[in-house]
Amino acid sequence: MLSRVADSIYWMNRYIERVENYARFMDVNFNLSLELPPDVSEQWKPLVVTTGDWELYKSLHGKIDKNKAIYFLGFDENNPNSIYNCILNARENARAIRPEITKEVWEQINYLFYLVKEGKEKKSWQRKYPRTFFIEIKKGCQLLYGIFAATISRTDAYHFGQIGQMIERADKTSRVLDVKYHILLPAPEAVGSPLDLVQWSALLKSVSAYDMYRKKNGKLTSQGIADFLILDKEFPRSMLRCLINAEQSLKKISGSNGGNSNNSEKQLGMLRSQLEFADVNNIFTSGLHEYLENFQGKLNDVSAIIFDTIYSFDDVIDKK
Amino acid sequence: MSKLGFSKYDTKGYYDEMFDEHNNVRPHYALFKERLEQIGKKKLNFLQHSTDRAQLSIGMTFNVYNDNQGIERILPLDVIPRIINSKDWDFLERGLKQRIYALNLLIDDLYNEQRVIKDKIIPKELVLSSTTYLKQCIGLKPPENVWCHITGTDLIRGDDGQFYVLEDNLRCPSGVSYMLENREILKRTFPELFEKLNVRTVYDYSHVLRDMLDSLSPNHPATIAVLSPGINNSAYFEHSYLAQQMGAELVEGRDLVVRNDFVYMITTKGLQRVDVIYRRIDDDYLDPLVFRKDSMLGTPGLFRAYQKGNVVLVNAPGTGVADDKAVYAYIPRIIKYFLGEDIILPNVQTFICDEEKDLKYVLDNIKNLVVKQTDASGGYGMLIGPKSTKKEQTEFIKKIKKNPRNYIAQPMINLSRVPTLSGGAIEGRHVDLRPYVLYGKEIKIIPGALTRVALKQGSIVVNSSQGGGSKDTWVLGNNNL
Repeated sequence: MLSRVADSIYWMNRYIERVENYARFMDVNFNLSLELPPDVSEQWKPLVVTTGDWELYKSLHGKIDKNKAIYFLGFDENNPNSIYNCILNARENARAIRPEITKEVWEQINYLFYLVKEGKEKKSWQRKYPRTFFIEIKKGCQLLYGIFAATISRTDAYHFGQIGQMIERADKTSRVLDVKYHILLPAPEAVGSPLDLVQWSALLKSVSAYDMYRKKNGKLTSQGIADFLILDKEFPRSMLRCLINAEQSLKKISGSNGGNSNNSEKQLGMLRSQLEFADVNNIFTSGLHEYLENFQGKLNDVSAIIFDTIYSFDDVIDKK
Repeated sequence: MSKLGFSKYDTKGYYDEMFDEHNNVRPHYALFKERLEQIGKKKLNFLQHSTDRAQLSIGMTFNVYNDNQGIERILPLDVIPRIINSKDWDFLERGLKQRIYALNLLIDDLYNEQRVIKDKIIPKELVLSSTTYLKQCIGLKPPENVWCHITGTDLIRGDDGQFYVLEDNLRCPSGVSYMLENREILKRTFPELFEKLNVRTVYDYSHVLRDMLDSLSPNHPATIAVLSPGINNSAYFEHSYLAQQMGAELVEGRDLVVRNDFVYMITTKGLQRVDVIYRRIDDDYLDPLVFRKDSMLGTPGLFRAYQKGNVVLVNAPGTGVADDKAVYAYIPRIIKYFLGEDIILPNVQTFICDEEKDLKYVLDNIKNLVVKQTDASGGYGMLIGPKSTKKEQTEFIKKIKKNPRNYIAQPMINLSRVPTLSGGAIEGRHVDLRPYVLYGKEIKIIPGALTRVALKQGSIVVNSSQGGGSKDTWVLGNNNL
């Protein structure tokens, strides 16, 4: 396949996954606000901080405010990572590789684009209950994954797409988890309190992990939840599971290239095994926030190296 | 239910494709009229609404501005089809085949023996000084001696009911995706009519196109690529659509490299050779080493690979020389010269100001004529006599006298009309017709076309940028209608 196509399908899937996760981010807060005791006010700053765009937010909108935060994350053209910009980019990538995807995949991406565009035009962030709008976006993304899985042949194109999606998902799950670090508790003693646990379970729900967690662990504990979202091998949104999936796709691609294990495979494999042998108690002792930040950095490095796999043509010429 | 009627439908002054001058429905439209009258106003407007939505959903859009925040528009598809009976179509087919055959001989001759110049059929300066004459192509012989493999000729029907050729589009004619997708949409709108009317299918266009492209290469199956300027091009939908329908690679200039005069695609598994390129990039932008140096759209070395016969370019570079306005006027003589036949599908009458008799006529009748500067396009350097002021006419007379070779003139032609949905009512709107001709080992014409329609009342401008829309075009099989 064309290198440019591999690049585009990788980014198309990353952007779609980002759209879905931003819609989920919103859900963290909607979930939280439903469970808050009457005297505790909603917190929107932690959400913006975890996306990594707090400085941009400050320069554009100044003080934190619910409507502005929803606008910034959902619709702001000046935020390169807003849902609006991500769906726009996903669609542009999809257009660029239109012959590689099915009509059904294209139509669903196009549908999502018009959904968000209309939401922007109708100023959905000012709605009394904007939550339903973001749930619709999330479902639209999930429908797209289903159509993708059911109609796209398992060629290299599919696997490049998978890698993009899994890297993005691992990153975003780590960020959802990090929200907890930034949410302020009324007092240090509140760690382990019912309010603390309410917040943890809100995180679980926002990544659709509540039911699977309950099935596995029963009791809600902060360490159990972090363990589940970082280190669980079976849950499809856990950071480790995402890396395992990405690695499998990478192997399929290099396997079809003649079995040479390349640099990106090595880097991804290292990161995966670090998670595999990690212990959640150690992570908590050395600091969850620092651990997650470190992970995000390494994931970025892996992502950069993936492009060696995509644009490998120069060494092919040399060999000739 | 509010009924749709044609009692108020006005055909006065124009040739109407559906009704004759006595307001009787033409036989090939009778069944359609019957169906339309059963539907009712509300349902028809609903059907129209559905077609708009269908176009958006499949992404049949074009960018108005050159950035991804730009406004995307659809080319509105009117639900009322333009129907052509088999007798008319047979005539068009014969006429187009003759014309394309002769035009290819002309291009080949101009870049090789130049007999047509030596025998004084066309003035030498007219061709050789034209910017569309590419000196780099002199002496080239493309496979099968075919230069323009894909043509989209613009036809119109005048008051007299006669079809005329308005323009030969021999470079990168666009719009065929609309012919194909309009049909897909209309099949859902009027499913029952297709069978009853024996509408000929356009479905196999992409297969015929692929086979034609494949036939031009010595390697089979050939690796075929559609070369597009990219997603910001207004015809991008068509580029991706055709690549997809043919199962060809959709590439941009940056996806290609030339090594040792062979063309390769840059893939995740290294370089892969390309045999045939259906390019949707103008000659000027193909190769910065040979043509425009600032072109970012093409691929350095592409033209040399083409010269060496290592890749086939479709259409061949250089075809623009034959769709020049000045050359157009000479086509009847060119057909006679190469084929010894009279032209079947006539040109619009054209006065060549460089010829004394014509010049006198033009100067005397300028207020009734459309005068065109031969080296200008896109409506520039043009005088529409009936709509011009006395002052403008005097200015043009001066210009023509000073440099007669630079001008041609044509009578104003009223384009025929087809009933069209407008604000809930049905009114006549002017249309043109663009069929698509494929030329590989032989000439093939798919029985269908893009009909462009001027949606604004009274307008004769069918261009998409100026309020134009399109119609599905139904060519009927032989059932005596």
